[in-house]
Amino acid sequence: MGDWLSEVANWWFAAVALAMGYAAYRVVTSANVVHAVLALVATLGGSAVLFLLLGAEFVVWTVVLVYIGAVIVLFLFGIMITRAPLGYEAELDHPPKTKALAAIVAGAMFLLIGWTLVDAFGTEEVTASVTTVGDIGLQLFGRFVLPFEVVSLVLLAALIGGIVLARQDPVDIEDQR
Amino acid sequence: MILNQFLILGAFLFSLGMYGVLVRRNAVLVLLSVELMLAAVNINLVAFDAYLRDAIAGGQIFALFVITVAAAEVGIGLAIVLLIFRNRQSANVDEMDLMKL
Repeated sequence: MGDWLSEVANWWFAAVALAMGYAAYRVVTSANVVHAVLALVATLGGSAVLFLLLGAEFVVWTVVLVYIGAVIVLFLFGIMITRAPLGYEAELDHPPKTKALAAIVAGAMFLLIGWTLVDAFGTEEVTASVTTVGDIGLQLFGRFVLPFEVVSLVLLAALIGGIVLARQDPVDIEDQR
Repeated sequence: MILNQFLILGAFLFSLGMYGVLVRRNAVLVLLSVELMLAAVNINLVAFDAYLRDAIAGGQIFALFVITVAAAEVGIGLAIVLLIFRNRQSANVDEMDLMKL
């Protein structure tokens, strides 16, 4: 434990992990929809700091740009459009009985995964080694070029699907006239 | 840094996300909790990438793929929520019970 505390990166980790834990707790318990989304921003920001600690440069900027930049804005639009109750609202959650069951399930899940991890990895060390954007680019367009192209197709399908699902039916618009 | 500090934080966030999925009534908040679970998985992938000193950076590239698929999932998911809201004037998951006997 003394060794663990002597490393500066671990202090960073402890601070970020505490903040992330609290923010994640707010995501799932907040009675205010917008606060929940903003807590998710804090959690994702924290995960970006962890990626920096591990030396994963490109993933950091992707998380900041794609997750915090784009996905969160999409969520805020979703909240506004579906007129989810802004402000404090008790009706956002299931009744307390369901909550207790869910807490038991989630707690059991955490204990199971945690015990397995401690059993499997104990105190194995991990050292950060910086992976530059160049390294990632070479791998992405070399070995991983086929999955990369497939993912672009998935994004195209999601784009078209999103438009088709969300746009108003032409027949309905015709009826409204 | 030990590997387990990252993995256990990831497990904690994943469990919280699962709690959120089970507890939330509003469909947008259920999607939000799914995002939390995906973020937890990303921490694991990058931690294992550093641990194994992967020469082809497989962990990081998979984290990037997870982020991409998560973006697609949010796009489609919110479109479906929007459609349900338009048809039923409600985005609560327990009111979507047309197929219940």
